[in-house]
Amino acid sequence: MAAVKDELTLISRPAAINGQFAAFGIMVAFFLVAPFVIYPVFLMKVLCFALFACAFNLLVGYVGLLSFGHAAFLGMAAYICGYVAKTWGWPPLGAILAGTAVSTLLGLIFGVLAIRRQGIYFAMITLALAQMVYFFCIEVKFTGGEDGIQAIPRGRIFGLIDLSHMMVVYFFVLVVFLAGFLLIYRTIHSPFGQVLKAIRENEPRALSLGYKVDHYKLIAFVLSAGLSGLAGATKAIVFQLASLTDVHWGTSGEVVLMTLLGGLGTVFGPVVGAFLIVAMQNYLADLGSWVLVVQGVIFVVCVLAFRRGLIGELGRLLKRPL
Amino acid sequence: MFHLLGVPPQALFGQLLIGLINGSFYALLSLGLAVIFGLLNIINFAHGALYMMGAFCAWFLLTQFGINYWWALLISPVVIGAVGVVLERSMLRWLYKLDHLYGLLLTFGLALIIQGLFQNKYGSAGQPYNIPASLVGGFNLGFMFLPIYRGWVVIVSLVLCFGTWFIIERTKLGSYLRAATENPSLVQAFGINVPRMITLTYGFGVALAALAGVMAAPIYQVSPLMGADLIIVVFAVVVIGGMGSIMGSIVTGFALGVIEGLTKVFYPEASNTVIFVIMVIVLLIKPAGLFGRAG
Repeated sequence: MAAVKDELTLISRPAAINGQFAAFGIMVAFFLVAPFVIYPVFLMKVLCFALFACAFNLLVGYVGLLSFGHAAFLGMAAYICGYVAKTWGWPPLGAILAGTAVSTLLGLIFGVLAIRRQGIYFAMITLALAQMVYFFCIEVKFTGGEDGIQAIPRGRIFGLIDLSHMMVVYFFVLVVFLAGFLLIYRTIHSPFGQVLKAIRENEPRALSLGYKVDHYKLIAFVLSAGLSGLAGATKAIVFQLASLTDVHWGTSGEVVLMTLLGGLGTVFGPVVGAFLIVAMQNYLADLGSWVLVVQGVIFVVCVLAFRRGLIGELGRLLKRPL
Repeated sequence: MFHLLGVPPQALFGQLLIGLINGSFYALLSLGLAVIFGLLNIINFAHGALYMMGAFCAWFLLTQFGINYWWALLISPVVIGAVGVVLERSMLRWLYKLDHLYGLLLTFGLALIIQGLFQNKYGSAGQPYNIPASLVGGFNLGFMFLPIYRGWVVIVSLVLCFGTWFIIERTKLGSYLRAATENPSLVQAFGINVPRMITLTYGFGVALAALAGVMAAPIYQVSPLMGADLIIVVFAVVVIGGMGSIMGSIVTGFALGVIEGLTKVFYPEASNTVIFVIMVIVLLIKPAGLFGRAG
């Protein structure tokens, strides 16, 4: 491990950290100014999906585990959050925490099963498990079937701050996003994160050095699932809707696409990817199934010619990992 | 009239037959996935989309050119197989030296493109495709009614599956293929054109999927979405069986189809999820899959 760790940390660590601080500053500044220029509802969708993509990237970019079932965490958290907020009348923070908790638990179940196999099988198992969750959501009553859960109340935080105002809810989502983002950032740059990267680079070696690889993978998986749940639950409160779309495999594919386009294993890539894909969906919404075709083409181009993604390429130009 | 476990025999055997038919498609598709994965190290996410293209090709031949089912059974696999060859030569071959996951991502993108294009042209509704005249009707077997076409699908699938097994396990060509799966560079050193073999293998796997599509056309409606959900079930089948053995893929495919059919009789609510539940149980008990090698 010593050698692996040195290799990873000695690559111009101060430069890397400075570059990332600058990029973080730009990102925060952008999201502070943006709602006064761009439609806030669009930005809130971007923020929710950016958190989702960052959580997904923690797994694929830093542990090398490609999950094709992350929609299950996003969608299930949205349903739980929507249900407890609407039917039980929970306040928004409690509902979001409930959704996040259920997704974390679901992540534990998925993780225990999926890490029993590696590589390509891992992707297929997570996809199949998520499909099972999808069928579950169709069958059970509380999800409202095809209609989903509509008109979820936004409520008040601590009974004081009213979330029905557009700007208030925007800054609430921004705070949730930044909290999730910083937690992921901290995880990546911690000793725990270094072990994750060692597993990504050479799993047998990490194992032979005495690391309990399966434990590390499971913790990363649960963390990623929980944060995806946080994104899903927040999304349910913001858009007052939880529907089958969020649990469908198409959403699992979209988060892969966002991360791939922005750059696998980059800190800021998923945010940029989420912004671009959500923007594309908004502007191409009239074109119907052409969106699928465009997404497919982006996948193909990224895999064939552009595997570092936008931020990965930018980082290479600046000689700084972003 | 007698009852088995409280279920009328017509319902039981009827669902068993539907299970066998679904199992035929699971077996044909998972077989193709296993053959492709063996040599290319790529999980072909586009397999469901190519199966759908096979069905559409048959429908197109019939409605545009009046070419019947029997010719479609021949033409569609050749045409879609050729599409597969083009995809392999133009895109997939650049990925062999990379992580397996990129193959999955690329073929996922291809599946989205194909599905999107067809959805755009034909919407999500199904197009009807009639059973060929010579296979209309059925036999009364006493305990159940057997439609000829359904019996035909099961028999053809069995022949195709065991034919593939025979080619790969018992012929000279198959021995090259198995050798190239183990060690491609050594096989190439013996003067065998491995890249061409890889291309043709992909084409063959795709042709099998297209053939399954043609056979499925009269049973299910021909729709752009017919492959998308099927491929996820087939992935679960592959996880259960493991991709190490050809015979394993065939047996697992048929067995899971039958189990799914039986579930429809005894506990219909679970029929969509039973295969995934079995996958979970297999992962807990035998993580490498029933016929798989570790990995």
